[in-house]
Amino acid sequence: MKKSIPIGCFFVVMTMVSCAQKSDNEVKTPDIKTISAELLVDGLQIPWGMAFLPDGSLLITEKSGEMIHFKNGSKTTIGNVPEVYNRGQGGLLDIELHPDYEQNGWIYFSYASEEGNDKGGHTAIARAKLEGNSLANIEVLYKATPNTTKGQHFGSRLEFDDNGYLYFSIGERGQRDVNPQDITRDGGKIYRINDDGSIPQDNPFINVNGAKTAAYTYGNRNPQGMIKHPETGAIWIHEHGPRGGDEINVVEKGANYGWPILTYGINYSGTPITDKTEMEGMTQPIHYWVPSIAPSGMAFITSDVYSDWKGNMLVGSLSFQYLERLVFEGTKVTYREKLLENIGRVRNVRQGPDGFVYVAVEGKGIYKLVPKV
Amino acid sequence: MKPFIVLYLVMLACFSVFLYQDNDFEASKVRGAGIYSDFCVTCHMPNGTGVEQTYPPLAKSDYLLNNRTASIRGIKFGQRGPMVVNGKHYDNTMMPLGLDPQEIADVMNYITTSWGNENTKMVTAEEVTLVGPR
Repeated sequence: MKKSIPIGCFFVVMTMVSCAQKSDNEVKTPDIKTISAELLVDGLQIPWGMAFLPDGSLLITEKSGEMIHFKNGSKTTIGNVPEVYNRGQGGLLDIELHPDYEQNGWIYFSYASEEGNDKGGHTAIARAKLEGNSLANIEVLYKATPNTTKGQHFGSRLEFDDNGYLYFSIGERGQRDVNPQDITRDGGKIYRINDDGSIPQDNPFINVNGAKTAAYTYGNRNPQGMIKHPETGAIWIHEHGPRGGDEINVVEKGANYGWPILTYGINYSGTPITDKTEMEGMTQPIHYWVPSIAPSGMAFITSDVYSDWKGNMLVGSLSFQYLERLVFEGTKVTYREKLLENIGRVRNVRQGPDGFVYVAVEGKGIYKLVPKV
Repeated sequence: MKPFIVLYLVMLACFSVFLYQDNDFEASKVRGAGIYSDFCVTCHMPNGTGVEQTYPPLAKSDYLLNNRTASIRGIKFGQRGPMVVNGKHYDNTMMPLGLDPQEIADVMNYITTSWGNENTKMVTAEEVTLVGPR
């Protein structure tokens, strides 16, 4: 009994110490709202992806499988979109234009696909051209295998780098002990391909027997945010952790991000997954969120529209229903702030060619962020 | 003697039907637990508590236990807009999950009998099939 008092005090101190260490991981809520959100496109369900065409109009992908062209205030449904596997988190997912879109007209998109012999679905990457109000010249560039009826973790964000390589994410499809650490299996990876779907000869696993040669990294869980860094040109991602442990990672050739051997999170049930957060040969995140914000969509502000926010990162939060602004010094997060509190599940965020930020919210639509004067 | 044998056989028949149903019910709950951890747990949480002000609870949820058909409809066709669960207001969107009728029956059987919830009447795939959109 006597011993329990010092032990109790010890735990109080330890708790305070561990709380104190987390302070830089705390999100602030600003007192003064400096932006307002104007609803631009309404009546959307799960607007997973968006891409701005050169004429300023917008292509929007609905998870249900619909591709929408929003121009001059009205919506047109695009025809000839491939059949999607609309189950759980799967459906029609991201969309991205080729960097030389004005010359070649290629539109890239990702979706959950039932293609193949086995039951279920897996992530596919395709490109097509817009002819009138329909997709034409559809080419499937990558289809992950094997299909599974599991509902989670399709990944699916798309991004081009400065050398014209296309990067995309495929989540581990709810099979964490099978997929992410095995480079001969799809899922739990970032991939890199040429714009025509061929595999670059300097991909990291090109000479590994049986490897998925399109893979560029492994040990990822479910990345739903991907953006090219405006200054370094590197590809940055964020990924959903389990309960706690969402991460921001910088994509490095051949890197292993450790899932599920390392994580800052735990099982949804509260039981541990692993006691390790770092290990030799595995790459650390540059930031992690505990508790999880459930990040989706990722953008850097490169315009001057929001004055001193230039260079900041924006990330959508599905679970806490706000937009997060992160300030970096290099690769270190120095400040986090909540914007648009309680707006709804933020699925996607992008900066448009006009320099304004556009935010897609589930069950609502797409908002334009306007600075308050 | 004869009435006794008839009675015995009738009892046996009733009993085995009862037991078989029970088996089906149990098996359905086990499958439902798998569906739950794949499709539902991220929002409704492992103990069905949901998330305050965001995702309504399933555990001891008056809405779930008093609105069997509407709950099936919500899983089958999605749920959107304001709803009141255990006296609290929620206004959110749950998209249809793409589950087939048997999977919906299984997950209903799991959530209506877990975390202190009680349901003695098994949900069947047939029952789910008959539920149409609102």
